[in-house]
Amino acid sequence: MSDQTTKLIHAFSALADLGEELADTRDFEEMVRTTLHVVLGALGVRRGAVAEYMQDDATLRFVAAWGLGDDAPATLPFAAASAEMLSAPHPRALSLSESEQLKLVQHQLGDTLVATLGELRLQLVVPLVVHKKFVGFILLGDKATDEEFTVYEREVVRTMARHIGVGIFNHRLLREVEQRAEESRGLYDNLRTIYRDTVRAFAAAIDCKDKYTQGHSERVGKYSEIIAREMGWSEEQVEGIAVAGYLHDIGKLVVERDIINAPYKIDAKQSSELNRHPAAGYEILAPIQHPYADIPLMAKYHHERIDGRGYPEGLTGDQIPPGAKIVSVADSFDAMTTDRTYKRRKVFTEVVEDFRKNAGKQFAPEVLAALCRAMLKEVNGETKERVMIKLLGKGYLEPEECRPLLVELIAELESGASLAAGSV
Amino acid sequence: MVDSHDRSPVRSARSGDIAVIYASDYLNKLSGERIERECRAHLGAGCRALVVDFKNTGLVNSIGVSIMLGVIDAAERAHAPLVFSNVNSQAAQLFEILGLTLHAALAADEHAALRMLSDLNVAHPQRVPVGKHT
Ligand SMILES: [Fe+2]
Repeated sequence: MSDQTTKLIHAFSALADLGEELADTRDFEEMVRTTLHVVLGALGVRRGAVAEYMQDDATLRFVAAWGLGDDAPATLPFAAASAEMLSAPHPRALSLSESEQLKLVQHQLGDTLVATLGELRLQLVVPLVVHKKFVGFILLGDKATDEEFTVYEREVVRTMARHIGVGIFNHRLLREVEQRAEESRGLYDNLRTIYRDTVRAFAAAIDCKDKYTQGHSERVGKYSEIIAREMGWSEEQVEGIAVAGYLHDIGKLVVERDIINAPYKIDAKQSSELNRHPAAGYEILAPIQHPYADIPLMAKYHHERIDGRGYPEGLTGDQIPPGAKIVSVADSFDAMTTDRTYKRRKVFTEVVEDFRKNAGKQFAPEVLAALCRAMLKEVNGETKERVMIKLLGKGYLEPEECRPLLVELIAELESGASLAAGSV
Repeated sequence: MVDSHDRSPVRSARSGDIAVIYASDYLNKLSGERIERECRAHLGAGCRALVVDFKNTGLVNSIGVSIMLGVIDAAERAHAPLVFSNVNSQAAQLFEILGLTLHAALAADEHAALRMLSDLNVAHPQRVPVGKHT
């Protein structure tokens, strides 16, 4: 085979290798290093580098270098004006060894860079331009033959430069997309934090209005969260129901303080005023874009009952959204287990009795069962945190007393035995 | 072709002041850079001449050529003579066209390479047996 043919075949197979390397995006720097080898090896060039232009800090970053010993710089300053000048399509390779070109090259690259490249014995500068944007250089030293680059070899380098330029450009796009995604994620996390803080602030505002139910909203949020998790809801849904628990009584903000704080049992008129709060809550919450589904509906229906005797709409059974059934149980459980204006809290046996009596009437049995299972797990020490035990206060859940009661009630609820006859 | 996870060591042997590095089939991939690093390590450790043996190397592609140019560079910086042995005819033609043979001599096999360097009086291979690769 003639030398010329061998050379041609070698250069062509190098181009094929280049395509293969550029398609491999697993590691950008390895990809660039490999492509630099392909270029150097295709033409027998003894040293070289690929530098990427970093627009943000106006520098050339040496992504790969070969044959420069320990002299290869990590970065070099590169003026934005030079980058602008080089951003023309089909750029020419610039030679530092041809004196007639030197003035032009110095004008385009700046004297300092030209001097540095000279020290590194890099003599052919090939700009990488993609979509009229300068993205970097391939910098080549002398050939092992010590001959000048031929026209044909410069063409090979230009073709390779186009490929490598596209590789760098694509990598840059990918990096930008990843960065934007990261920023968006950060922004989203911030918004969620702001949202949660706002929700907590509202919950505190709601509870402030009712001096006897301090901390009620927060507790309902926590109980709802525990029940939903026990029922196998996703973490996203669990976060949502916690918010619904915090905000379920937000409608009380529009109910007169005297009615909420009445130190006696309120009359029918006052009661109907108070009963406006779920619908009022819905009105407040509906216009807000919540990051979780159905928050307004959970507030609206948290006083509905399975048997249809609740309010505001008298929905029955599965007409009531699952989240509202959970908030309803959490709300009532907290009402039973905290002292109110006109009554002291129930002891645990009374709570169990209430659950048994009202399962399938006021409360959804599967929700009660989940609450009881979660409570039993805490009592048995099977959970990392003992949220309910803490909220209910020391001594409220006596393990020896409540364990058999809970086991029995869970069995009844799960078998449907405590469903009152005729209930939905 | 990127193979950063391939970490098997490059085989090499010492024969007096001469290091013999076996290019094997690493050469045509990025992992071939380890051949150049191995050469530099031997030079750093006082080696005065290098042999790169191509006995188990098939075709040499552009990456392989570039890596050998790196070896040439390392050897020249250390003023150490360099011989390529067991180079097949296709690779030999390529090395000649691309100018590598202006910087490294070709020898038929490892023995011939060591003899060549011994004649240059850079080392004394007879002092230390070359080992199982010869
Ligand atoms: Fe309520």
